[in-house]
Amino acid sequence: MRSILYRHAIREALDEELARDDNVVILGEEVAQYNGAYKVTEGLWKKWGDKRVVDTPISEAGFIGMGVGASMLGVRPVMELMFWSFHSVAFDQLVNNAAFVRYMSGGLIHCPIVVRGPANGGTNVGATHSHTPEGLFASFPGLKVCSPATPADVKGLMKTAIRDNDPVYVMENTLLYGTEGPVPDPEDGDHLVPLGVADVKREGDDITLIAHGRSVLHALKAAEILDHDHDIDAEVIDLRSIRPLDEDAILDSVAHTNRAVVIDESKPFCGVSAMICTLLQEKAFDDLDAPILRVNSLDAPSIYSPGVENDQLPNPQRIVDKVLSIA
Amino acid sequence: MPAKKKSAAKKKQKSSPAKSRNEADKTSHPGGPHAEAEINRSFSDEQKVETFRTMARIRRFEQISLKHYNAGKMGGFLHLYIGQESVAVGTISLCGDHDHIITAYRDHGHALAVGMGMNECMAELFGKSTGCSKGKGGSMHYFAPDKNFWGGHGIVGGQTPLGLGLAYGLKYKDLKGCSLTFLGDGAINQGAFHESLNLAGLFDLPAIFIIENNGYSMGTSQKRSSVYPPGGLAQRAEAYGIDWASCMGENVYEVRAVTWEAMRRAHEESRPTVLEINTYRYYGHSVADANAKKYRSKEEVEKYQREHDPVQIWREILIAEGVLSEEKANKIDQEAKDEANAAAKFAEESPYPTVDDIMTDVYEEVDSGSEAGRTGTHFFNT
Ligand SMILES: Cc1ncc(C[n+]2csc(CCOP(=O)(O)OP(=O)(O)O)c2C)c(N)n1
Ligand SMILES: [Mg+2]
Repeated sequence: MRSILYRHAIREALDEELARDDNVVILGEEVAQYNGAYKVTEGLWKKWGDKRVVDTPISEAGFIGMGVGASMLGVRPVMELMFWSFHSVAFDQLVNNAAFVRYMSGGLIHCPIVVRGPANGGTNVGATHSHTPEGLFASFPGLKVCSPATPADVKGLMKTAIRDNDPVYVMENTLLYGTEGPVPDPEDGDHLVPLGVADVKREGDDITLIAHGRSVLHALKAAEILDHDHDIDAEVIDLRSIRPLDEDAILDSVAHTNRAVVIDESKPFCGVSAMICTLLQEKAFDDLDAPILRVNSLDAPSIYSPGVENDQLPNPQRIVDKVLSIA
Repeated sequence: MPAKKKSAAKKKQKSSPAKSRNEADKTSHPGGPHAEAEINRSFSDEQKVETFRTMARIRRFEQISLKHYNAGKMGGFLHLYIGQESVAVGTISLCGDHDHIITAYRDHGHALAVGMGMNECMAELFGKSTGCSKGKGGSMHYFAPDKNFWGGHGIVGGQTPLGLGLAYGLKYKDLKGCSLTFLGDGAINQGAFHESLNLAGLFDLPAIFIIENNGYSMGTSQKRSSVYPPGGLAQRAEAYGIDWASCMGENVYEVRAVTWEAMRRAHEESRPTVLEINTYRYYGHSVADANAKKYRSKEEVEKYQREHDPVQIWREILIAEGVLSEEKANKIDQEAKDEANAAAKFAEESPYPTVDDIMTDVYEEVDSGSEAGRTGTHFFNT
């Protein structure tokens, strides 16, 4: 299979969906003429023109709300947040309008939007630019959230998100944009990854490592170290989609490993990792031979300093240490 | 109070710096017509030279920081202010004890203009514990409340209600001062800014919003991000019943004269003003701006540097006035360079924060060990 970059996998998904459906329009800051702050939309404006790929002013509440409104008429806006961190200035549109319009209208209206962009720390841009809000948005019924770790998954999930009739928030990662991986050739048909389906990225019998986004890469690295240095065979579950969540994949894995560590770059309080722990204690209590442990970012705003930011984030060594404490 | 509408004719009089230099021969003052403004007549020779020194220091500080950024000594973003120095320096030179400053992420110029030291600023860029924010904030988040400088804010437009709040606080406490809130030409399209304008007008607050129009927000030219009313971007203020003015930014005298009018209004009448100060940035949006050479031509940048460079213009004016000599100007510049290099050395030799430091400065009550800080669990590290 050919191998492509994560950012190119997203671009390919956008390009294919622009071709498939005239209602798909890309909106965002610097997405057109500048080719995207992170070069995700490179070439799309040149190919599709002003109508389909639109540069907006720095007005997130305005253009995201505009996308929500247009979606009520059947337009399918795919909106880039240059950083997911900027969600806060558009929060009302992202939550009250996008998430709830269907419910408030008793199902009369739906909101087929996609909001996408990077949501990660690790690039020394400080607290205001390093948010990981997947748990925050997943906490609102009405929203779907995914956080793909590989080029194939981001392409397949992006295409699914665009075709989905509900709002889907895709959380990418600036540190993954330059990573490469196998992605099926478009000639072999549409590559779609459904929302709500996790992926076993590594099979193992001794412990389950549950992760999403870039933390999946850390979990895989930790699994290698555990295997090589400690003779521990870890299974790595990549959630891919946060809501809908693949409960079965998590429960099935823990049913045979009997141990779990959850790795989640977001802060520990009420995040995705806390949700997974609750799920396991409610539905897998009898399977567990040890407490479920977590590896999160240290519970403070994201520090700028390039000298220590990595120590605030999950990393393979922290995962290994955590596993060794229960295995 | 009705908004004062500035006529386009009046605006046109405002000379470009190149013009003001040419005109200098004709008018009695080498600094152009604004040099005759009352506020500039009381500007002492010593203060003028200090203003030049501050501009030279900003430029050298940033040039040296760029060198170290490129050498991989810093992380994240580095938004350079070079080309805009006269705006921060001219406006802030007017500030008294109760005047307060807040800006966005392009904050190095404002920081040095309020009197922050190069060492603490450089160390912050390097992410060191000796930095002004102990390495926690980085380039975009400088603060010096002891110097009435409230940051350094990374979210576009996010600082504008805070600037409004500084004005509210001053009025609440019966202090005769004002806030200067700086924002970019792209930032004026954030809702928070519009809400701030309405509140400023409605509550009669001594808030001055200074739009530093450098022509671009990242790769988007000003005309692609906002409709430009006949009077310029500041004219939006009219909708909120607020006074406004627009001027060129490269001549310190002009910046001071126009800003002082707004500050006087704030101090005497507790009324807000919106100013648009036209300027230009020489470098990319940030050093990481991969397209810096694509969305505008090399000629455009070079023309501005040749004809409108604020540091050069101020230097020439002061030399023509006899306040500064070539020799002294060179010496000041050399000292600025030496200071910046010394700051880089200081930063390099300083320690990084420790992992434990990550967990401090989150809650005041926890740091101070108060009863409140010891009641309940504040942190949930895993
Ligand atoms: C809410 C928000 N949206 C987007 C960004 C990304 N961003 C940072 S600076 C910038 C351009 C701002 O341009 P302008 O206001 O003209 O200021 P300048 O950079 O020219 O000083 C953008 C889009 C951000 N930091 N915050
Ligand atoms: Mg600008």
